[in-house]
Order: sequence, then C-alpha cells, then structure tokens
Amino acid sequence: MAQEYFSKDHEYLRVSGDTATVGITLHAQKELGDVVFVEGPEIGQHFKAGEAVAVVESVKAASEIYSPIDGLILEVNTVLESNPALVNEDAEGAAWFFKLKIIKPDQLTILMSRTDYEKFIAESI
Amino acid sequence: MRYLPLTSQDRNAMLERIGVNDVSELFADVPPDKYLRDLVNLPLAKSEFEVQQEMNSFAGASMPANSLPSFVGCGIYHHHVPATVDHLIQRSEFLTSYTPYQPEISQGTLQALFEFQTQVTMLTGMEIANASMYDGSTASAEAVLMANRITKRNKVIVSGNLHPHYRELIKTLAHYSGAKCATLVPNPIGHEELIQEIDDDTSCIVVQFPDFYGHIRDLAPIASAAHSAGALLVVVVTEIIALGLLQSPGSMGADIVAAEGQSIGNGLNFGGPHVGLLAAHLRHVRHMPGRICGETLDAEGRRGFVLTLSTREQHIRREKATSNICTNSGLCALAFTIHLSLLGQCGLKRLSEVNHANAITLADSMAEIEGVEVLNRAFFNEFTIRITNKDANDVVETLAKRRILCGVPVSRLEPDKPELSDLIIVAATETNTAIECETYVDHLKDVLQ
Amino acid sequence: MSINSESRPIPSFLANTHTPDTTTFSGNKGLELEEGLIFELSDNLHKSGIDIPAPSNCEKRLGGLERSGDIGLPGLSEPETMRHYVRLSRKNYAIDMGLYPLGSCTMKHNPRLNEKIARLSGFADIHPLQPQSTVQGALALMQMLASYLLELTGMSSVALSPKAGAHGELCGMLAIKAAHDAACNTRNIVLVPESAHGTNPATAAFIGYKVKTLPTSNSGTVSLEAVREALSSEVAAIMLTNPNTCGLFEPEIVAIANEVHKAGAYFYCDGANFNAIVGKVRPGDLGVDAMHINLHKTFSTPHGGGGPGAGPVVLSESLARYAPLPYIKRDGDILQLVENQLEAKLDGKAPLGRLTAFHGQMGMFVRAITYMLSHGSDGMRQASEDAVLNANYLRASLKDVLTQPFGDKTCMHEVLFDDTFLKDTNLSTLDFAKAMIDEGYHPMTVYFPLVVHGAMLIEPTESESKANLDQFIKTLRALAREAKSGPPERFIKAPIYTPRRRLDETTAARKPRLSWKPTSKVDKVAE
Repeated sequence: MAQEYFSKDHEYLRVSGDTATVGITLHAQKELGDVVFVEGPEIGQHFKAGEAVAVVESVKAASEIYSPIDGLILEVNTVLESNPALVNEDAEGAAWFFKLKIIKPDQLTILMSRTDYEKFIAESI
Repeated sequence: MRYLPLTSQDRNAMLERIGVNDVSELFADVPPDKYLRDLVNLPLAKSEFEVQQEMNSFAGASMPANSLPSFVGCGIYHHHVPATVDHLIQRSEFLTSYTPYQPEISQGTLQALFEFQTQVTMLTGMEIANASMYDGSTASAEAVLMANRITKRNKVIVSGNLHPHYRELIKTLAHYSGAKCATLVPNPIGHEELIQEIDDDTSCIVVQFPDFYGHIRDLAPIASAAHSAGALLVVVVTEIIALGLLQSPGSMGADIVAAEGQSIGNGLNFGGPHVGLLAAHLRHVRHMPGRICGETLDAEGRRGFVLTLSTREQHIRREKATSNICTNSGLCALAFTIHLSLLGQCGLKRLSEVNHANAITLADSMAEIEGVEVLNRAFFNEFTIRITNKDANDVVETLAKRRILCGVPVSRLEPDKPELSDLIIVAATETNTAIECETYVDHLKDVLQ
Repeated sequence: MSINSESRPIPSFLANTHTPDTTTFSGNKGLELEEGLIFELSDNLHKSGIDIPAPSNCEKRLGGLERSGDIGLPGLSEPETMRHYVRLSRKNYAIDMGLYPLGSCTMKHNPRLNEKIARLSGFADIHPLQPQSTVQGALALMQMLASYLLELTGMSSVALSPKAGAHGELCGMLAIKAAHDAACNTRNIVLVPESAHGTNPATAAFIGYKVKTLPTSNSGTVSLEAVREALSSEVAAIMLTNPNTCGLFEPEIVAIANEVHKAGAYFYCDGANFNAIVGKVRPGDLGVDAMHINLHKTFSTPHGGGGPGAGPVVLSESLARYAPLPYIKRDGDILQLVENQLEAKLDGKAPLGRLTAFHGQMGMFVRAITYMLSHGSDGMRQASEDAVLNANYLRASLKDVLTQPFGDKTCMHEVLFDDTFLKDTNLSTLDFAKAMIDEGYHPMTVYFPLVVHGAMLIEPTESESKANLDQFIKTLRALAREAKSGPPERFIKAPIYTPRRRLDETTAARKPRLSWKPTSKVDKVAE
C-alpha cells in the first residue's frame, strides 16, 4: 500500500518502494482555477528538493511545481500536455505530474501526513 | 490651456472636498528641498496656430522622399499608402484605445489583430504569428532569443548579409545575455557559405531574405543543414512586399520568421514607428514573445476574440517571462492589415510585380553606365552597384545636391569595412516612375564622367 | 458571407448566464452590427481595392524562387474594406468616448494637432538613411525633444532610440551593466519591489541579472530599512517606480538613492508615472541614474490599441557615455547622427551597442514635442497638478464606500482601492469591473499591483472635467452600494450591453486558435 506525503507547496507524493508519484493537491487545483497548460520535466533529469520541476498554468497565473525531495525523473505524465483539464478533474488521481526515484528517503520525514496537511490548509485560510 | 477642463472654481471646490487648502499639499511627500517652486526653464503655452507655425519650420528643413526621386531602401521602403488606411487608423476607436485588456469592449482591436496574425501566417508560410513587435530589427533579436529557449543552446550564427543594424542589435543583446554570436563577413556578391558554420552547439542561423545587398537565394538547403544539427533557421525579411512574388520562408523550411512590415500600410517616418512581424510553428507558441490574440466564444456562444496564452508575458510571469515586451505596434499593425486587405492577393501580387519590374529596368540601364557594376543576378526591388571610378559617398552626396536620393552608401552602415566602401544599395518601388529612373541614370552618368 | 461555424462547447458556468434576447433576422441590433472576418467576406481572389498600373514587360529575375499557388488573401473593393473596418472600430471603447481610468496606463486626451503635425511631409516622408544633410530639420526636432526631456528631468543625457517603455528599461539597465562591466564589477543582483510593473523583473532577467524582491511596507511604499537590508556588494542596481504603482510618492527616495550609491549600485527609475510630477520635481534631483519616459503616457502620443509607444531614456552623468547608438552631435551649424562605435570612440563615448535599427520613433517624437509646445512649462505643471487633484478628488469622494489597502492618505495621479469592501458579497473585483462596463465606463486597472488583493487602480488623468468625475463618482457609489446589498445579477452577468458578453478565456488558452483557417477547403477535400 502506497504511503502519502504532502508538502507546504501543495504537492502530494505517493510513495511505493523507492518511487514517488508527484502531483498537486485537490486544494491546489481549486486555488488555481481552470488549468490550461502543464509543462513537465524530461525523463532522466535530476532535481534537488525545492527546485522547480514543472509549471502549471491557469489563464492568468503560472505556478511552479517544486520538487519536494531530491530525485531523478523516471516518468512524466504526457496526458496532461494534451488534456490539462484533467488536473481540475482528477488532481490526486489520473493527473499526477511525474514519478521520481527517491534518493534520500529521510527527506520524506519532514513532509506532512494528509491530516497534518488538511490542518495546515485550514490554518492558512 | 485648451486641453485642461478644470476651471479655478472647480479646483477650489475639489480642494475643499479633499480637505486641503492648496494643491501643493498634495505633493507633501516630495522632499521640500527638491520641490520645484518655479516653472522649469521652457517656453510658456502656445496656441494651436503658433505651434503649427513652429513645427512647420522644422518640417520644412528636410527633403521629403516624396518630393524628389528617391531610391533609398535598406530596410525601409518608400511605397504609396492609400488614403483609406490613414483615415481608418485615425478613427477615435482605434487611435485612442488601450491594449484590449477588457475584451467585451475591445472586439474591434482584437478582431483586427486576429486578421493581422492570419495575414502574417499567409505571407510567411508559417503556422502562427503574434500580434506584432516594435519593428523588424527587434523582432529579429527576439527570434534569436526564442530559438535559444527552444533549442536550449546559445550559439547564434548570423549571416554577414543581414542588415548591419539588425546584426548590431543581435550582437548587443547576445553579449549582455550571455549568448555566443558568430557573425560572418559580408559577401556583397551573394556567395556566402553558411552551412559549414553550423555545428552541434548552434541554436539558430539567421539569414535575411532577400538579403541586405538584394540577393535572393534558396533557403531550403540551409534549413535542412540546420535541422539535421538540431538548430533552427531564423529568416529575416525587411521588404515584406517581396513575399507577394517570392516563395514563403515557411515553404523553404524556416522555423521562425521575423520581418519588418513597414512597406505595407506604414510611411517612412524617419525610421519609426514601424511594425515587427514574428511568425513560427504552433509547437513553439509557448516560447513566443509578445501578445497573441485567439478565438473563443462568449457567454451566449457567439464567436469573439481575446488576448491569450498570456502566462508567457511579463505582467504575469515577471522575471520568467519570454520577453519584457509590453507595448507593441498595435496601430501600425492595423495599418498593415487594412492596406493588405485593400490589396488582396491579386493586388499584392501586382504591386510586387511592379516593384520587381521597376528595379529590373533601373538595374539594366545602370549596368550600361561606365563606372557602374551591378552585383545582383537575382533580386526583388533592391540591388547593389559598385562604383569603380569615383568615391561612392561623394556620388551620393553630389546627387543629393541635385535633389536625387540615389541609394544608401554601404560605408554608412559598414564604416569599418573599406572593402565595401565602393558600394551603393539602390531600391526601386512602384513610386519610382520611368521618368525618375531616367533622371537618375542621366545624372549618375554625368557625375561619373 | 459565411461565418466559420466550427464552434466550441459552451462551458456550463457560462451557459447559465445566457439571457434570451429579442433576436433579429440579420443578427444585427440597430447600430450594433455583426461583422465576420475579412477572410469570410469574399472568396474572390481576383479583386482588389487598389488600382495599380501594369508592370512593364520583363522577365523576372527571382532565381527560380517565384511563389506558386495562392496566398489566400481575399479580394475586396475599397468601399467593402472601408465598411469592414469602420464596423470593427465601433466595437471598441476609446478615450474620445469617455473616461478610461486605467491606472498606470495614463489614458489622457490625444490632441489631433499632434496627428496633423506628425503627418507633415518633412517628418513622415523622410527616410532614416537619406543623407544627413537632407534631414537637418528632423535632427533639430530630435535635439529639441532631447533638451526638453533633460530640462524636465534634470538629467545629463538622453537616449532617444528605445521603442517603448520596456525597451527603455532595457536600455537603462544595459547602460548600468555596461558601466559595471567597464569597472570590472561582476555584480549580478537587481532589487525590484514586489509592487513593480512586470516589465522590471522581466528586463533584469532578460539580461542575466538575478531578481531580488523587496517587500512593500504597510504604507504601500519601499522602506529605507528594507533597501539597506537587501543591499550588498552583489547588487548592481535597484529598479524603483516613482510615484509607485500604489499611486504614492516614495517618501524616502532621496535616502534610498544615497544608500544605493554608497553601496556601489545604480538607481533605475521606472518613469511610467512621470506624468504625476512633470514640472513639480526632477528625477535628476532625487538621485536617479537612469529613467525611461513613456511618451505615450506622459506626453499623450496615442496608445493605438496597444502601441506604438516610445521610451527615451534619460541618464545621469555617470552613465551618459554608455548610451546606445545612434546619438546626435552638433558640429558647428550641422547636426550629425553618430551611428557607429568608431565615431563614438573618437567622441569619447563607449556606447553599449545598438537597440534598434535606425534612430527611434520619430513619429512619436513629433507628437510629444507638439504636446510640450502646446502646454508650455506652465501647462505641463498645471497638467500634473490637475492629474493629482483629480485622483485625490476621486479618493475623497469614494473612500467611504470603497476600501483603501494602505489607509486613507494623499495619493499622486492614481488612487488604489482593494476588494475588502466586497468581502461578504461573493463578488470579485472582476465582477465589479464588468458592471462598470455596462454603465458606460472602461474599468480601472484591476488585479495590479499584485501586492494588493483584488486591486483597483484608478487614474482619471487631467483630461477629465469635474462634471465627468462627479458623474463617475455617482455611478461607482451606486455600484458599491448595490454590490453590498443588492442582488448579484448586475455583477455576475455583466457586461450585458456590449458587442460580446464575457469570453471563455479558458478554452482560448487550452485549445489555442490563433489564426483563421479556410474550413471550406477542408470540406471540399472531404467531399
């Protein structure tokens, strides 16, 4: 069973073995409004925690997706290129952005659980 | 002052509502020692008539190209602009509106921009075009930076036969933005070897069509060489009317086309304002700078137009924007669109044929003059002559004194290349009558004797 | 006429707002005329609105590269073309029709004398590369514009060639970079307040600088403290707008300039709001090193639906020698354009390079100097005062119904409100703006500056009479009241009385259609 983690930048990570599937949360897609474009990374790119990996755009805003942890891009969800609306329809499901190979598993410990994340959102409103 | 509606009575009533005694109190945040208590040292207000008199005297101190035979080109061309164009662009609704940020009350500007973009794609043979750039030169520099973003490389190869001002501009921006710029030596006889310069670091190769000296060459081999090295072909067009008669850059494999649109709808204006065209492939649209207009529907399902894909732009993306451009050349783009709509396909074709024919006639009679060598075999409405027995600059100045603007001495644009100092670039358009051409040839003969 | 009928699904949220109206058979509504694209008005490719004499008979010399096939441009006569664009024009709002209070954009009256003068043959029909001896009048006019700009700004030199404000920013920042390069400084950070125009960070990044954002203080300005804290030996420049985008004069500007200079950095001033202070205070006296001037804002050259503009840059003595090519030099009675590095070096200059072909926006120079001559030093000062007075009059008349983000205080030429007054209404700044459209006004600038939530930036300019402002105030007060207590339809369905209702920008961005395509051809192939 995959383990879920959440970042303060509103990304979720679903971890299975040494692979993390990363996307933006339901809350984040709602804040963004209608997503019109997603620009993903390239397979094989290395990222450090906090580096910009992808861009998600609504009509009037562009937001960076930061890598929550260090990692190597294993897979990119190319469906989002042709169907960015999927982010609004199924943010935490089919609309994942990319899969990362986890390099430093201990980085996961500073991320939040779903309960903590929900508390975090409630407080920041 | 005729432009200011407030009366002193109004001002007093307004100050009272605001709760201050004097307008200077509204400037209280200005450091007192910097606040100007007196008027700056400039003349006082003038009536409309007085201003007109003064400006007339400036205007009268130059020799306008439409008052004498003029064969000056090199990026800006003397064409006839129909009266309809100037009337329409002076309509209040076009002239005095802002960028169409509120689309419901800007459909006029937006639809015209959509037509403009479509016309530009038709002329250039490309898939998309933006809503205009400042001019051809800045569009070319933006095309280069766009190519660098697309290829993620930063070595630019610039043809020596690109307009020297364009080259200088690309060099300036490349220098300060950390790109490498390899500029080739000008080749006025039109035999430039470009392909061998392309390597695996090359982002793009920039070629002018027709080139600065007027030559026309097939760009397809350059395009395929560039593409096989993973580089892009940027084609620069400074005489857009040429595309009425010539194959489009897109059909020869161009990846980005940057052009000066002045020849259609816009006057000489001593070099500005003009209108830059920028066209590319749809797959590169997110790397494109500048505003883009797109089609959509309104709440009642009717077709309408909006500015779109604006997340590329500075007002949203700030330091990550594709460019810093904000204001473009809206009204000049409108003039372009109206003039081209008036021309239509057959008008444009006819216009370019007349330009070409006039240039051929002029070139042929010049070739017969002793002391003149025409360097071009294939050309559109501009060609280069070599003056073999006199100083080219002196020839230009002497003819100007005889009220003939005979062309541009290459030395003005390439002052550090003495090997080019005997060249003059000559343009002929539909405005140059047979009599003007004969006058030119006669005087040139006379001067060279 | 065939309107391209390939349509998109109407998003459900928009479909709800559909109001059935009395439809006509033609689709027109009285003076409101529907108009297709020019490509849909004719499929005759052999007609033209311009008569051109036949070319002389000669063989083409195009190197075998003659175009074959159709370009696709439709053929229309002159009256058809005229009517098409007149019809389009009527779908635009314009300053000549009414108040256009776009903050930061300065939509002031565009005198028609300026248009007339710009079309004089001695300005409009001269070529930038004809011999300089034949364009002395034009060069003299440019010289005059330069001297006026220097007098008004108190700076020591001016580069006329930049084509618009952002291009001027680029010019000024490149001059700063050139000066640092000449001193072998490798400073790589530029400080930009978060309230700045997007062009500022974009320009700095464009030429390789890293942007460090300065916070806006509780009073809507940049504090000396914040600048001090951000300054270091890595900082190349600060880019500050004054008056700033919140409509406020930066009160600590002189101290900030001193601090910036002490740290070895330069002070770039975004001159977009110079129109508030012309004749009242000179940027050169405040310690500015470089500033662009939007001739299309401050000096009333028309905005033209998005340009052209012009962005001359004034430079302090320390940057003057880096000004780009070309520049004008006086040699006895003769004015001369210096167009290349060789000559400039002999002249003791070190130009940063070239930013455009030719010499700049002559057409805009003519209009701007005509404006300056008309106003004179007295009229320009009065214009600044009236602009500031009008903005403060709006502030004083609206402060009890709209909300101000930084408290009620004197503003310059524009007044900033936020969306606090809409808090419990479910309405947004956008809804409020769209309702203004139905009332016959162009909305103010909305959602800018970014530092203020739901920002509404109102710049009335000096061109409005008190009566106009009173009418505007009455309307805004009524709208504000209605927003708080009335039914929301007026806002969420707005605009209704416009050629188009709200447009679906989401689909426009998701599935971009950026040019017209001849669908008939596709159909024919399918047949």
